[in-house]
Amino acid sequence: MWVSVAQTNGAGAGVPRWQHRREPSEQPPMYVAVFTYVGFGIVILFGYFRDFLRAVGLEKCHLAQEREEQKDFIPLYQDFENFYTRNLYMRVRDNWNRPICSLPGPEFDLMERVSDDYNWTFRLTGKTVHNVINMGSYNYLGFAENNADSLKTVAENMRQYGVGVCSTRQEIGTLSIHEELEQHVADFLGVESSLTFGMGFATNSMNIPALVSKGCLILSDELNHTSLILGARLSGATIQVFKHNNMQSLEKLLREAVCSGQPRTHRPWKKILIMVEGIYSMEGSVVRLPEIVALKKKYKAYLYLDEAHSIGAVGSSGRGVAELLGVNPADVDVMMGTFTKSFGAAGGYVAGKKELVDYLRSRSHSAVYATAMAPPVAEQIIRAMKCITGKDGSTEGIRRIRQLAENTRYFRARLKELGFIIYGGDDSPVIPILLYMPGKVVAFSREMLKRKVGVVVVGFPATPITEARARFCMSAAHTRAMLDQVLHHLNEVGDTLCLKFSRQKRSPRPDRSAETDFKVDS
Amino acid sequence: MNFKNFREYLAWLYYQYLLITGIYVLEPWEKSIFNSVLFSVLTMGVYTSYVFVPIHVRLALEFFSGIFGDQPKSTMALMN
Repeated sequence: MWVSVAQTNGAGAGVPRWQHRREPSEQPPMYVAVFTYVGFGIVILFGYFRDFLRAVGLEKCHLAQEREEQKDFIPLYQDFENFYTRNLYMRVRDNWNRPICSLPGPEFDLMERVSDDYNWTFRLTGKTVHNVINMGSYNYLGFAENNADSLKTVAENMRQYGVGVCSTRQEIGTLSIHEELEQHVADFLGVESSLTFGMGFATNSMNIPALVSKGCLILSDELNHTSLILGARLSGATIQVFKHNNMQSLEKLLREAVCSGQPRTHRPWKKILIMVEGIYSMEGSVVRLPEIVALKKKYKAYLYLDEAHSIGAVGSSGRGVAELLGVNPADVDVMMGTFTKSFGAAGGYVAGKKELVDYLRSRSHSAVYATAMAPPVAEQIIRAMKCITGKDGSTEGIRRIRQLAENTRYFRARLKELGFIIYGGDDSPVIPILLYMPGKVVAFSREMLKRKVGVVVVGFPATPITEARARFCMSAAHTRAMLDQVLHHLNEVGDTLCLKFSRQKRSPRPDRSAETDFKVDS
Repeated sequence: MNFKNFREYLAWLYYQYLLITGIYVLEPWEKSIFNSVLFSVLTMGVYTSYVFVPIHVRLALEFFSGIFGDQPKSTMALMN
């Protein structure tokens, strides 16, 4: 797996010049992998032991069970497949689903909860933990705020339109605010037209079946999000997976697809669709868009780009990976994104040529059957977009984008200096710190919470079994003081739990070659 | 990390052992079961090596010195 360290030389008039230094992501020492497997093995053995005790009746079973009269039927609650949930997740599930009782801004308040029976049930003690630093919310530009001044237009809009739409877009649910929103989104991205939906996950899963069907080929990245995978499976097209961000693997699959065609009949594929994401949420890696666009033009395929995490968060004016990597938005056939992350709202969009969007308006399940986006949410997106592009007359948007970029660079550099293994390119605001062992993952989350830092840790089903991680999401609302505090606690916890696996020496002085402004091709 | 005394250092070492083997997530009685099983296996290993390793090493040394030691003796005996 390669990460890209990109350095821009000069402000872009046209395509910025890149100097890519690709370093492979670091592997930990061998004993880490060995002990990860050992840890899982021991917990699995104890899992079998506890299952045996439950089956024999020596222990009370807390899970859903069939009624006595139905015990002889085929089981309704799948028994064995939930082995992992029952025996590992339940033991440590106090680290997830923590209830928050304030705005998820840069700091939030947490409701304290305890468990008397090892996490099978919880009870709230009634106390609140105040001012926990939030390193897990997708609040990239800090629009999760409740400042009455900034939300004036949203309140106004709620008075005018109400909150519910009570209809689908196709019937009577297209309000003027939706038209305005779609116009803004299209202008923001630099494309002809766009279509918005009420839910980001539904945007992917309901629109891909409208674009491809049986007889088409989907080439999807190894680490694509579940919504893309679900949409691809629902469509009925053939799916082939290429290695993460690996252009040789993609080219090989494209060549085979063009040469041999469909599996038995060898007819040419009706359509070939390459599905990638802008920034991968579990890795923090940035997609190699220029190479993919070159490949797509050579082999005549279509490109579907899911910019859920990258829209608003990367690029010098927040317009996503296309701007960051100097790709013309017209080259990407279907641009998709969500409003949940950088815009502080909910929902998703699909943008591209006018013919594509008009086609989706009548063919996509989400556009035809799903309830339209609520008007206050649409107004929040419009005000966020006006802020980012500067149309509301202030420089707040640009300030936030620059603050996010600076926070990202600073945090990544300091983490590498401290000695943690992190994944992802230098521009991506999603920073996973690798923890590997299951015991350490859980201990990390609890220790950080004791020090009033809220982190999100991710383990087995969402990541490979040996690569459990803690994922930090940068925000423009974080101040340097907050980041320094978090880094100080990370240092302490890293030493206490022995998490500093990195074996590369990093000097604390800035990298000189990043600051030259000589041009690569003059 | 500064440890005020040796007991704190031992407690930290035990914590590392819990984390690395994954025992940290188990309930206390399960931890005790695992610790006792591991302790008995290790004790049996140490006892067995204490009883048998010196004898085996001595026998092995005799065997090898027998091979290399006897050879020149027999050839000299043949020549004389």
